[in-house]
Amino acid sequence: MTWRSPLALVRDYLQGQRAREKDLRNLVSNLPYEGLEKRKQPNRYFLSNAIKTTKYTLLFFIPMNLFEQFHRLANLYFVGLAILNFVPAVNAFQPDVALIPICVILSLTALKDAWEDFRRYQSDRKLNNTPCFIYSRKEKQFVQRRWKDVRVGDFVKVVYNEIIPADLLLLHTSDPSGVCLIETANLDGETNLKQRTVVSGLCNTSPEFEPESFNSIVVCEKPNNNLNHFKCYVEKPDKEKVGAGIESLLLRGCTVRNTDHAVGFVVYAGHETKSMLNNNGPRYKRSKLERKLNTDVIFCVILLFTMCLIGALGHFLWLQALPSVPPYLVPDSNGHLDSPSLSAFYMFFTMIILLQILIPISLYVSIELVKIGQIFFITNDADLYDDDTEVRMQCRALNITEDLGQIEYIFSDKTGTLTENKMVFRRCSIVGTEYPHKENAIRLALLAEVDLEEEVIFNQHPQPPQTSWSLDAEDTNSQDSHRRGSRCKSKVAASAQSDVAFSSPLETEVIPDRKLLQQISRAESSSRRKTDPYLDFFLALAICNTVVVSMATAQRRRVSVSPHAWQTNNALDTLSNVVKNAGCIFTSCWRKPKRNRTVSEGSALEDDSFQPPLKMTGTVNTNGIQTYSLHTPSQGDKPAATLDNLRYEAESPDEAALVYAAKAYGFTLLARTPDSVTVRLPSGEDLVFEVLDTLTFDSNRKRMSVLVRHPITKEYVLYTKGADSAIMELLGTPYAEHLMTRNIAADTQHHLDCYAKEGLRTLCITKKVVSDNVYESWLVDRQRALAAIDNREELIMDTAVQLEKNLSLLGATGIEDRLQENVPDTIMALREAGIQVWVLTGDKPETAVNIGYACRLLEKDDLVINMSCKNKLACTSILDCTLEEVRRYSQDPRNVDTTPDISLVIDGCTLTMAMSPDLQERFVDLAKRCRSVLCCRVTPLQKSRVVKVIREKLKVMTLAVGDGANDVNMIQAADVGIGISGQEGMQAVMASDFAISRFKHLKKLLLVHGHWCYTRLANMIIYFLYKNVAYVNLLFWYQFFCGFSATAMVDYWLMIFFNLFFTSVPPIMFGIMDRDVSAEMLLGVPELYRTGQGAGQYKFSTFWVSILDAFYQSLVCFFIPYLVYMDSDIGIFTFGTPLNTVSLFTILVHLSIEIKTWTVVHWVVMFGSVALYFIVTLAYSAICVTCNPPSNPYWILQNQMADPMFYLICIISTVVALLPRYMFHVLKNSIAPSPLVQARHLDRLDSSTKEQWIKEWRSFRGGGQVKRSRLSTPPSPTLENSVDINPETPTAAENMEDDFTLNVTSQRPVHT
Amino acid sequence: MMASSYNAKDEDGHITVSGPGGATLRSKKPENTAFKQQRLPAWQPILTAGTVLPAFFIIGLIFIPIGIGLYVTSNNIKEFEIDYTGVDMSSPCFNCSQNYSWNSTKPCTCTIPFHLDQPYESNVFMYYGLSNFYQNHRRYVKSRDDSQLNGAAGSLTEPSKECEPYAYHESKPIAPCGAIANSMFNDTLELFYNDPNGTKIQIPLNKTGIAWFTDKHVKFRNPGGNNPNLTAVFQGTTKPVNWRRPVYELDTDPENNGFINEDFIVWMRTAALPTFRKLYRIIHRKNSMVPTLPRGNYTLEVVYNYPVRSFEGSKRVILSTISWMGGKNPFLGIAYITVGSVCFFLGVVLLIIHHKYGNRNNNADISN
Repeated sequence: MTWRSPLALVRDYLQGQRAREKDLRNLVSNLPYEGLEKRKQPNRYFLSNAIKTTKYTLLFFIPMNLFEQFHRLANLYFVGLAILNFVPAVNAFQPDVALIPICVILSLTALKDAWEDFRRYQSDRKLNNTPCFIYSRKEKQFVQRRWKDVRVGDFVKVVYNEIIPADLLLLHTSDPSGVCLIETANLDGETNLKQRTVVSGLCNTSPEFEPESFNSIVVCEKPNNNLNHFKCYVEKPDKEKVGAGIESLLLRGCTVRNTDHAVGFVVYAGHETKSMLNNNGPRYKRSKLERKLNTDVIFCVILLFTMCLIGALGHFLWLQALPSVPPYLVPDSNGHLDSPSLSAFYMFFTMIILLQILIPISLYVSIELVKIGQIFFITNDADLYDDDTEVRMQCRALNITEDLGQIEYIFSDKTGTLTENKMVFRRCSIVGTEYPHKENAIRLALLAEVDLEEEVIFNQHPQPPQTSWSLDAEDTNSQDSHRRGSRCKSKVAASAQSDVAFSSPLETEVIPDRKLLQQISRAESSSRRKTDPYLDFFLALAICNTVVVSMATAQRRRVSVSPHAWQTNNALDTLSNVVKNAGCIFTSCWRKPKRNRTVSEGSALEDDSFQPPLKMTGTVNTNGIQTYSLHTPSQGDKPAATLDNLRYEAESPDEAALVYAAKAYGFTLLARTPDSVTVRLPSGEDLVFEVLDTLTFDSNRKRMSVLVRHPITKEYVLYTKGADSAIMELLGTPYAEHLMTRNIAADTQHHLDCYAKEGLRTLCITKKVVSDNVYESWLVDRQRALAAIDNREELIMDTAVQLEKNLSLLGATGIEDRLQENVPDTIMALREAGIQVWVLTGDKPETAVNIGYACRLLEKDDLVINMSCKNKLACTSILDCTLEEVRRYSQDPRNVDTTPDISLVIDGCTLTMAMSPDLQERFVDLAKRCRSVLCCRVTPLQKSRVVKVIREKLKVMTLAVGDGANDVNMIQAADVGIGISGQEGMQAVMASDFAISRFKHLKKLLLVHGHWCYTRLANMIIYFLYKNVAYVNLLFWYQFFCGFSATAMVDYWLMIFFNLFFTSVPPIMFGIMDRDVSAEMLLGVPELYRTGQGAGQYKFSTFWVSILDAFYQSLVCFFIPYLVYMDSDIGIFTFGTPLNTVSLFTILVHLSIEIKTWTVVHWVVMFGSVALYFIVTLAYSAICVTCNPPSNPYWILQNQMADPMFYLICIISTVVALLPRYMFHVLKNSIAPSPLVQARHLDRLDSSTKEQWIKEWRSFRGGGQVKRSRLSTPPSPTLENSVDINPETPTAAENMEDDFTLNVTSQRPVHT
Repeated sequence: MMASSYNAKDEDGHITVSGPGGATLRSKKPENTAFKQQRLPAWQPILTAGTVLPAFFIIGLIFIPIGIGLYVTSNNIKEFEIDYTGVDMSSPCFNCSQNYSWNSTKPCTCTIPFHLDQPYESNVFMYYGLSNFYQNHRRYVKSRDDSQLNGAAGSLTEPSKECEPYAYHESKPIAPCGAIANSMFNDTLELFYNDPNGTKIQIPLNKTGIAWFTDKHVKFRNPGGNNPNLTAVFQGTTKPVNWRRPVYELDTDPENNGFINEDFIVWMRTAALPTFRKLYRIIHRKNSMVPTLPRGNYTLEVVYNYPVRSFEGSKRVILSTISWMGGKNPFLGIAYITVGSVCFFLGVVLLIIHHKYGNRNNNADISN
């Protein structure tokens, strides 16, 4: 290392700064510079790959940590007081002792920080020393180095299953097509594989990559934290620029899968990598209770200042009243006495020091401790643990546990939250013909019957919505049964599910529809086979997606699976086991209906339907195709190895379901590379389609397309699939030569509507043949868009829209998403708990309404208001009318019992209008009166806007629950965000405050833990404030007897210990462990949850009542000893001892009145505190002869304890102090018991009587809501009015040419 | 190598999704223990009229007898009090109180006759009482040096800063330093019994045993160890400004001189309240036949040194017998009786409430 002038160093530093700040970075290979000293390195300005996430260094820990801690206002206050102690004028007794509490608190926090930092340091070191391969010019090969040695400009080789050390621009892979698959589970939790491709046109010619030959310049943007976006181009020596995006970037922290090795160029390293930039710490939220607490602390401050002011004023008056200078008035060291006013001024500050404990500094520390304890219990709850995924409840936000007990509005996503998000292909419609797949339905129904428990729950449901639209009359039975199946979660399926992402055979297996199979075979054999809509339909299913094909041999394990589960099994075994099991179950299910259904169907038909493969083989065989038989066993008894080894990994489960469906019909997706898709046709032929472009899905277009070149016809074909609303507008000519007199679009739309009513998710499949010259011209636009640096996304989208028009409809699919278990039960319970449940979904209104009934969000007797309109005027008038109607409804006293609950169904575009500033108020007012609201067709942004508006307008506690990336906004907007760790990756979980694995866990989380956490913390805080006021007031009362001179009659140490040790543990334990009502009761009677909503237990009045009580108690604790010792020879500190003891007893017994449940821990802590007080005080009194002037409590407590008066005082003072509170509790509980107290009474009964009582109680309490309309006459008059809304407002309606609908129905929509 | 990198990832806190609650993600079913599942066996009392009834009656039944006992005991204590401040013109000490200040050198004596109606049977405690004297003033309380009083040689010559401005006088350290010592009560009180036959018998007053044992033997010590020559020990120090005599001349008895003089110790234990009494002397009972202080006329002779007019204080002498509960104070007895009665009464009220609402609480509240 040569010496360099400081100036050069500074210059170098500034240069580096500038290089890092530049918007574009030019990076070159390090290899030519290898071995040179650092300042000659071209990329020296960029951060190295060594990371340091620690906040502190060993040397500067103390100052840095202190600086950090003093950012908290409370700490500053405390330090200010400590400093005040050292001002001589205020005459503190012992300034040094005053430092102890703040030191204890600061050092506790510092210790915690140090420990956390050490953990971070350890993991940093481990990560930095992880081995990796870097190319070395000297050795002409990749050599093993460590992560921290990686620098920008290096070439790094990553191998199969290895973690990527830095952000790499992918240059070469072992895959001939230049693909590298990565798993981003570490970044966003998504377990499906993502495909990354090498930068095209660089060095993909040779089979071995030569880093030394790389002499291009990589120009990339400044590091940012967007995981899905990256812009860069590579400038070759010949000045040719090759663009590259996120699809060529391997992100640090991801794992390489299914690829033997890959080589990348390091563009960002260390802290500049996207994963590190994304790694921000836990979010800090402030709970409602804490916000309230802060106002109360301000009241405490006001109280403190008032008391100090009284003290100062009193001192002034006392001094004024003195006739001359008495001997007890001590002048300062110069023999000079301050004037009364100046003394009074100083006295104010002395008083602050004396009474400082009124501000509960330790409260903040205690609250944190309590929350840690509460989180410990929540995460350890076995009921919130999901056996299938082996995931516990996670608390990601550490400080809003109590908010869970105050929720008033729940905003829920539908897909994946209420439903399983495990898609099952159910029906399809091809060119206007509907194929009901009833065999498939039967199979699913039978699977469901395995689970009897689910069945019982199901039987309690009201009759499911009857849909009689199906094409075959004889199908009603099976309809019913498959519905049943659809509602229930199959345990078998779930267990098979646990180690595979979403490709469990049972879930994905589709039994082909008999008619459709025949239709396909007919098409196959027909002459027009290249353009048959049936073939095209399935080709579209197989091609138009982003599904990644992975072979079973490339088995990977999920992050969450513990290693031991995988010790013995090798991948192939596991899979084949799964398949085998599946096969067995499948077989048994297959056999069952044979016996059951013989009555309903003829035997010929039966044979027909159960052995379609054989028959098929027969027909196909005539065409001389052998391979088809390969496919058949997968439906038969033996699991097939080869084709079943194909596993599809999709970003959305819908796609996987469609690909599996296509596979069931023989259209097997064999491989997918960026440039080609290989599909095996039923005939056994393998078609390789050249993929020209993929127009990826986005939420604006709501569709995706794949442009391929047909290998046989050489036509450019665009397959598009998407939501019907997005597709139907784009339809052009009907499917070409298909000679259908019927209108395909109309028929399909009809089928789609039916699917939606049945609760299926629908997708439209279209095809478009693009002519050569159209393609050529489009390609130019497309490439320009791709190369653009600015507005790239918009341009790309424009090109996509440009191509996606004039589509020909092939058909539609219906995919079922089953309801999660116990969802209706949970929703019912939440609603009984006084929580309004909103469901926000992107689905069609019909689908959503259907699910709404199924999950009991909507009830049969509900008045459902359906709002959908196309322009704002209509929207305004509808809102007004409805609001008027609803108001009249609820205000009319006659209707109190007859009013059915109102539910609102609103669609996305109406919602946008309703949320506009001028209509917002009205919408919120309407929504407030609705028991449940269902928003359909909403975008992620709308979701969060709804949450925000409701939260701000109604000032309520909101909770948002969702599982997908589209719920992230909503989760972040709500007071409490809950993520469901489901199928759609972990983005929701990452954004959430709490993560659960099933929707049903919400019930216990809110009703039990929420309630507990809230009551515990609220009571603890109130108690804490009370405690401080009660104790400090003792000192205050004494001021009236010592000339307001701020004398403390209790030894300073004991005073500090009193708060710090003697009385701190019981309330913390109270805050963690108290249990007012048992979990069973809280779950059995959800109404109890209402006690926490709104202001809950922690009301303003509660605060003041407890403060008043504290005043009273302190008066008693002071004046009883005072009256006893009046005019006696008692010394100051002797007098203080009984006061302190009485105070301790009062405070502890007060707590024991509040404690509802006494466990061993409670007893130990309570008696421990008393014992600790006496042991410490006795020991201190025995030791301290002159150690702590002026108090020196030598032998004082011993003396006192030898005096019977001491005990008599303690007993009577405690009794008198607590008598009012005790009486108040007794009288309230006896005369007007709160629901909680009644529940506690019930809790004591034995379980069978308890259940009976709960039932009776609920029928009484809930009767008003549930049975209302049944008890009395149906609310017909008002109803008719509401139905008549349309005619009633002709003026408004006529002015608009737009049609709008407003359906107010008293019953669930009847599907005909 | 692959395996090791895998482990590194699993433990790595930066990349994994677990965040701060990292441990929670570990796929492990929570233990099904009573503690973790919050099912510890518990006692769940509910405060209702029915359940607390016995407590109220028991409190009533216990408190009332205690109160009566206390009251009776307090009433049996005989106490006699004479105010000798001399504010009144008629008071014998009026002259002394008018002319007196800290700096007078001429002693002023006054004689106060009084009459005891009842004989005092047991040991009689003689107190002096001061009122309106704020011994508990913050700065006054501080103004002492306990280590000096504990005999520390260093503190003797260099009193603590807390003693200022009573730490040095004429650049000599004051022993004992501080405002408390400086303002020590210095009246001399003597008691005479006027025999019916006219003779005046001085009643022997015991000046030891009036301080706390621990104070006398542990907390307060003369400097210089057991050196009996206190004059030598206190060499180089000066007396407090207001004192007539130096500290080593407080008493002739070497066991009651210097810092361990009991009058001094008693004074140094600062009173909690502005009106207080301090034990001055004890009159021990001679034999069981004769009362300690028979009924009759007495004379109190006061050497009036201590000025109290500057703070409108008063001085008293109190003669009192003593019981296990200390001096005469009816308050505690009355308090116990009152609280006991109130509890008893509340018990009755609760009984009524229990009869009215009690049944409903146990079962019928639901259907109500």
